[in-house]
Amino acid sequence: MATTSALGGSVRRREDPALIQGLGQFVDDVSPVGTTHVAFARSPFAHAKINSIDTSAARAADGVVAVYTHEDVAHLGDLLAQVKVAKGRPLLAHGKVKHVGEAVAMVVAESTYQAKDAADLIDIDYEPLKAVIDLKESAADTSLVHDDLESNVLLAWEAGPWGDEEGIAATKQTIADAKARDDTVSVSVEAVNQRLMPVAIEPRSVVAEWQAGYGRFVIHSSSQIPHALMGAVKTTFGLDATHVQVIAPEVGGGFGVKLNIYNDEILVAFAAKALGRPVKWTETRRESTGSSTHGRGWVGTATITGTKDGEILGYELDAIADMGAYEQNLTVAIPFLGLFVGSGQYKFSTHWKVTCVFTNKMTTDACRGAGRPEAAYYLERAIDAFSREVGVDPVEVRKKNFIEKFDEAVVSPIGFAMDTGDYSTNLDKLVEVSNYEALKAERDAARAEGRYVGIGISSYCEVCGFAPTALSELGFSWSTYGLPAGFYGTGLVRVNPDASVTVITGTGPSGQGHQTAWAQLVSDRLGIPVEKIRVIHGDTGEAPMGIGTFGSRSVAVDGSATYDAAERVAAKAKDIAAHLLEASAEDIELDAEGASVAGSPESSVEWGEIAAAAYLPHRLGESEIEGGLESHVIFDPPNATWPFGSHLAMVEVDPDTGNVDILRYFTVDDCGNQINPMIVAGQVHGGVTHGIGQAMLEEVVYDEDGNLLTGSLLDYPIPTAGDVPFYELNSTVTPTNINSIGAKGIGEAGTIGTAQTIVNAVVDALDPLGVKHIDMPLRPKRVWAAIQE
Amino acid sequence: MYPRQFDYVAPGSLEEAFAALGDDSKVMAGGMSLIPLMKMRLFSPAVIVDIARIPGLATIEDGGDHISIGALVTHGETASSDAVGANASALAAAASLTGDVQVRNRGTTCGALAHADVAADQPAGALACGAVMVAQSASGTREIPASEFFVDSLTSALNADEILTSIRLPKTGAGEGSAYDKLGRRGGHSDYAVAGAAAWVKKSNGSIEAARVALTGVGTKPTLASGVADALVGTDGSDAAVAAATEHALEGVTVLEDLYGSEEYKSHLAKVYVSRAIKQALASI
Repeated sequence: MATTSALGGSVRRREDPALIQGLGQFVDDVSPVGTTHVAFARSPFAHAKINSIDTSAARAADGVVAVYTHEDVAHLGDLLAQVKVAKGRPLLAHGKVKHVGEAVAMVVAESTYQAKDAADLIDIDYEPLKAVIDLKESAADTSLVHDDLESNVLLAWEAGPWGDEEGIAATKQTIADAKARDDTVSVSVEAVNQRLMPVAIEPRSVVAEWQAGYGRFVIHSSSQIPHALMGAVKTTFGLDATHVQVIAPEVGGGFGVKLNIYNDEILVAFAAKALGRPVKWTETRRESTGSSTHGRGWVGTATITGTKDGEILGYELDAIADMGAYEQNLTVAIPFLGLFVGSGQYKFSTHWKVTCVFTNKMTTDACRGAGRPEAAYYLERAIDAFSREVGVDPVEVRKKNFIEKFDEAVVSPIGFAMDTGDYSTNLDKLVEVSNYEALKAERDAARAEGRYVGIGISSYCEVCGFAPTALSELGFSWSTYGLPAGFYGTGLVRVNPDASVTVITGTGPSGQGHQTAWAQLVSDRLGIPVEKIRVIHGDTGEAPMGIGTFGSRSVAVDGSATYDAAERVAAKAKDIAAHLLEASAEDIELDAEGASVAGSPESSVEWGEIAAAAYLPHRLGESEIEGGLESHVIFDPPNATWPFGSHLAMVEVDPDTGNVDILRYFTVDDCGNQINPMIVAGQVHGGVTHGIGQAMLEEVVYDEDGNLLTGSLLDYPIPTAGDVPFYELNSTVTPTNINSIGAKGIGEAGTIGTAQTIVNAVVDALDPLGVKHIDMPLRPKRVWAAIQE
Repeated sequence: MYPRQFDYVAPGSLEEAFAALGDDSKVMAGGMSLIPLMKMRLFSPAVIVDIARIPGLATIEDGGDHISIGALVTHGETASSDAVGANASALAAAASLTGDVQVRNRGTTCGALAHADVAADQPAGALACGAVMVAQSASGTREIPASEFFVDSLTSALNADEILTSIRLPKTGAGEGSAYDKLGRRGGHSDYAVAGAAAWVKKSNGSIEAARVALTGVGTKPTLASGVADALVGTDGSDAAVAAATEHALEGVTVLEDLYGSEEYKSHLAKVYVSRAIKQALASI
């Protein structure tokens, strides 16, 4: 039910009328006069030597303005990547191609059709080489992705706890000792967390204009991180930040695929400057499958060691993560994000190791959850297997091993201070709202009839709103792009002379409802109604600095900054009102109309008069109040936030076909205070659907030669509303104490909690048949094959 | 995604359409399968002959002993037609499980049949219901039994100068029933068939007098499983008889592995859905 109250109200999303009517402006809607269009010639091979490139036919084709290959852009260097340890991406392939879909040549033409036709005319002579596809083979270095490197291994993320060599040795010993005991069991799950493609409904798109008269770029890009792109462009072309403006207008979904800097963005800018004409590239859906970043792609073994009554003494993860062929923005850092929650919400000793390797596939990077779904998957699958082995209810095992409720920071076994947590209360609520005991009885009754019904549970702990800026030492900043800016939040709140309000934030949303939620935050402090508040985001020409929208960070960090800025503006508005009313500022109250003296409503002044006084400072007389009515707050939180939750799925498997029906799906998420519960619910809906996509349907498949077998959405099914059940959503509220609004983050929670919940349920359904594990996606063929074994 | 250059013709009559057809042309009705292939540049005909404006092709008609579905009748119309439901429920069910609502509102039954996709739903329905394909060209009309229509993957018996202007379905008599069921690529009924089957049965005096069973999704083309039908005839249609007949499901079929199933799995699924379709058809009588 929509309401109009400010904080905590389900205010209807203000951005939706434009979006629903097709009136939103996306990058591909931007076409300056004289715009030229780009198409790329891309590699059909996973690994090949380029013997020659003949572009003569393409250059002679109708409408072609320019054709570029590596030599034309070599002076710009490789594509910048924030966290790079071994090998960045060449802007255009240099001598060899390293994955299917790698850009080899770029055509600029008067129309997209002409560009595509000309790209087909580029004759490239390839000499195929052996492709490195399997992760274990890659880690063994039997064949190299990059023959100028000594190994396919970039690094291994190891912790137990993080950054403590002696601690890791001690943890290993503790777990070895536990294993040696007579009263313990160890249960391992070897599992694949498959490679995914983050599918945004709007493909990526970029339009670059070079304003030669001013020596300045204006670039529209479908990006989650416009400021980082601004930095990458300015650094690549040797400009100041003032000479590059990047605008991310409406962005139609991100899910991590737009949390990156791409070679196409730099190349389009290069061509715009070289040609003196605007240049546009919009990826096709098919092109997207092989040349926009993928996510996940781990193989690993998770082992739980514990006593037969369900007390867990140690957890070990040993995994290999697929980085693809080149490092981009955060490629190698993604498993590290998982490491933060390597021990989850539990108190047992944890030894966690993920080795990052190159393969001849598209680069991996963030995909909704980014490392944390992988971490939660292995941990919660292993706990489930352990529960099954020792015969203790999975709810009881979890509760027995949770960290107890905490209001002040507690350091997890993996070595990070978590803000607040109350895991048992959360899981108890799941038991209550799902009527867990009744569901189990229903399952058992179905089993007695020979049906295969199962219940799966997972708790999870997330880390989001990465902060403080001290983490920049670990790479959490945009420093490589020439912007030594850590992951903080920015919010600028300005009451305009007509008493409307402009809010400028450093976020780059792609559907998260910041227009609405930020207006609610500001309205809560000022009293000015949401309708009078406009939120500007995703524009480096407007926002002084911004980190972008990813990692469920926006509300907790930039939202808090905006709230704090509104608080300061409210204080100044009270000062002005006090001056105008000849009262004391402490006695002034603000509301939708303006300001009044507490207890004397007749003594009031309207917002219009307050704003006018701010911009006609002579009215402020000798009060010493400065003109203007705005505040810009930089908020550097003392910690990240650590949301958590518990999910339950009930499924039925058709043993004849292996088809899985999800009968019920319950969530109890805890993201602290909720600014807009309707938007929170929407994020959970999307997140759970994304998790079901991984559990049931989605998988990027390369064959042994590195051919991409899932090169279109025909072969890469993503869930639609018709493919998912009705969700039964609930929450607990454990506010964070690291920001002023008590909000954590919710964008990825659904995804982090879901995949293992579904797999746990299917394994439970097939428990009578002795099935212990099935790898995702749980397509009927896999479930059926597991039943046959 | 951008197709290669092509000419587009939108004739107002069949005669104009025949004149526009040539060796490198393609007929388009709803375009739901054709346009994606063109946009992926997997198929690039020189001329598209869009028959959407030709009058008289968009109706389902009663032809006395048969019903006729015109070339522009959509999946949605086929699925919701009382006449199709009553006389060819396997085809109606297959149409209702084709694509999503948007596809069903635009794509056509005849188009889906002419496209001859191995994983499409309606070819199996047409085969089981004994459809006759009516192919017209400048030189006349050919009536092609469904059993001879599906030649190979994406290849029908239509000649380059022909248009599938309608299909004819024999009316259902006493004791007859048909059904279609499948497993979709997204699980359940969603998306193209991993495997599916349609069955038509005619029962009299407690025994099966005639049957047709068709498979989709598993082989190189939608195909009749005549061994199953032969084994059913003369039985009482009991579960045991259906199970025995189902064992003939894959005779003459080359099962192809794909992303959605191994050869073993798809062979198994084919039998599961043959059995389910026969049982549903029997239950519908």
